Amino acid sequence: MNLLTIAAKSLRQRALSSSLTMLSVALGIMLMVAVLVINSVVSDTFSQRSIGYNLVIGPPGSDLANVLSAVYRIGKPRETLPYRILTEDVLGDDKKWKDWIHYAIPIAMGDVTEIGGFPIVGTTPKYFVVEYGPGKKFGLDGKLPIRPFDAVIGARVARENDWTVGSEFRLIHGGAESDHVHDEKFTITGLLAPTGTPNDRTVFVNLEGFFLISGHEKPPQEAIERLRRLGFVVTPQQEAEILAAGGGHDDHGHDHAHHHAIPDDMKELSFILVRMKDDIGAMGAIMMVGPFNEGLRAQAVNPVFPMNQLMKNFVGNFRQMLLCLTFLIVIVAGVGIFVSIYNSMADRKREIAIMRALGAHRGTVFSIILGESLLLCLGGGVLGLLLGHGLVIAVTPIVESRAGIIMNPFQFEPWELVLFPVLMVLASLVGFLPGLTAYRTDVADSLSD
Amino acid sequence: MSLSIQNLKKSYGEPGGSRLSILDIDSFEMQDGEQVVLIGSSGGGKTTLLNVIAGITTADSGTVTIDGTDVTSLPEPARDRFRAQRIGYVFQTFNLLPAFSALENVLLGMSFSGRGADRSRAIDLLERVGLGHRMQHRPTKLSVGEQQRVAVARALANSPSLLLADEPTANVDTANQENVLKLIREACTENQVSLLMVTHSLDVSSQFDRVETLSEFNRPAVAAND
Repeated sequence: MNLLTIAAKSLRQRALSSSLTMLSVALGIMLMVAVLVINSVVSDTFSQRSIGYNLVIGPPGSDLANVLSAVYRIGKPRETLPYRILTEDVLGDDKKWKDWIHYAIPIAMGDVTEIGGFPIVGTTPKYFVVEYGPGKKFGLDGKLPIRPFDAVIGARVARENDWTVGSEFRLIHGGAESDHVHDEKFTITGLLAPTGTPNDRTVFVNLEGFFLISGHEKPPQEAIERLRRLGFVVTPQQEAEILAAGGGHDDHGHDHAHHHAIPDDMKELSFILVRMKDDIGAMGAIMMVGPFNEGLRAQAVNPVFPMNQLMKNFVGNFRQMLLCLTFLIVIVAGVGIFVSIYNSMADRKREIAIMRALGAHRGTVFSIILGESLLLCLGGGVLGLLLGHGLVIAVTPIVESRAGIIMNPFQFEPWELVLFPVLMVLASLVGFLPGLTAYRTDVADSLSD
Repeated sequence: MSLSIQNLKKSYGEPGGSRLSILDIDSFEMQDGEQVVLIGSSGGGKTTLLNVIAGITTADSGTVTIDGTDVTSLPEPARDRFRAQRIGYVFQTFNLLPAFSALENVLLGMSFSGRGADRSRAIDLLERVGLGHRMQHRPTKLSVGEQQRVAVARALANSPSLLLADEPTANVDTANQENVLKLIREACTENQVSLLMVTHSLDVSSQFDRVETLSEFNRPAVAAND
């Protein structure tokens, strides 16, 4: 019989106390594992690993608000951008960065679906060509939204609304709290494969169709005034064309066949997502941001920077606090092991003395006690690992359905490897004093008690 | 196995600073294969003598030589090893470990000898003491007589040269006392193990060829204050 077998049997003799002690260690480890895995998922979700664009161009103001709205569909856009920002400021022939840009994808937001309240994003089919994350391409069952009233929906939308190709839906203007339901109906032409990003809970409509919805175009006079206020040149001829296109128009009662094209100058965008060419990449984005933002009409930001700030200043601190808390829980559990074993020593003096009388050295009985501590810590560690990943497995569907974040419940964090050496050190520390008590047991006195 | 005790003294400290002398033995000898019973009254030093011989406790002075080895001069780890390998001990209160089965208690006795646990020998010993059908039971599930038989099997597990038995029948009912005594003596005879048994029972001692009275060669005196 080896020392660990002897230690295991001794623990079994005090099965209830040993189980509870081990459970306390397991709970601490479980929390630590869950925090590590969930933190990894959050970090991945909000990092460069999950963003396929080099720049997000939006209205001047908060970089973070623009990125959260454009990429993560969190919060509504505060202002709109004239369409000329895209055609002149981003893709203008006189711009030095024009040749650096691979894709400049306009998106228009603000409405939600009548059923389910899912955010609507008006965009072009190029949105689905660009990777949504490094190396991550969209999968589509069906067709891209090529015609004005075509739509493609995310996986979660399809699942929750039970929509499929051919399903029709209407939009609520301005958000779910509004009661203004647009008359126009969109038809689903494609279903996106799950991406683990907010795209899963988004409905993408053709951008032209988005502008054809009544109330989505800028009234012509307002459009002209705004362009001039922002410093764009509006020639008299352009002004006349805008006024002619927007004037005397009956906004209601149109069916799809009778919608008229909206002039670009009456179109309002929420954001422009820019992907640089591979050979210029992030460096091109960095070189574009400064000069672009000097124009003050719009604001370009590398989406990674504000998200890194958010992670570092808020999420990162929160994670550190959680990790410290779980570490303290493990320490408290270790103290529990110490108390459990130490208190048992008074009852076990005779048992120790018998082993010594049978020929066990002082070091042997010390090692047996240390072995008990080790078994409790490591047993609790293994159980905690299983419970931690079990907890992640249990919450994965909930997180996925509520936040659209796909988690891998079997994801293994390298930090988990550190747990076992730490537990062994903890076991040695908490087992030392009880082991010393065993070491010092007076055999003759204890046998005669 | 030959046992020789020379000028052995052992005392314990008392509250107040004085020392209580327990053992003061000029000489005691045992020859190989002898079965000797020591009669002594309670508190007379019987257990202390066995503990000194076994190396469980140390003497103040004197020597205990077993098969030419002076046990009293050995460092503690060597004494522990010597005890595990060469001496078997049957305790008055059996001293079986409650967390272990009968078989595991015997194996435990083997584990500390440094020679490893011989499972087949342990099973054989338990069968020879009549517990082949109870070897998986823990002490709490065994009768008093059965527990003492496990203790005997454990004491013989490492093929000792000397078996020490401290009042082995004191806690056994009258009906089983005879059986336990017979078991110990026959086991020692079969395995050529010398036996030194201490008891206060005259009935037990009457079955032995050599009976010694502890008080006849142990004359402890009250020592001066420390």
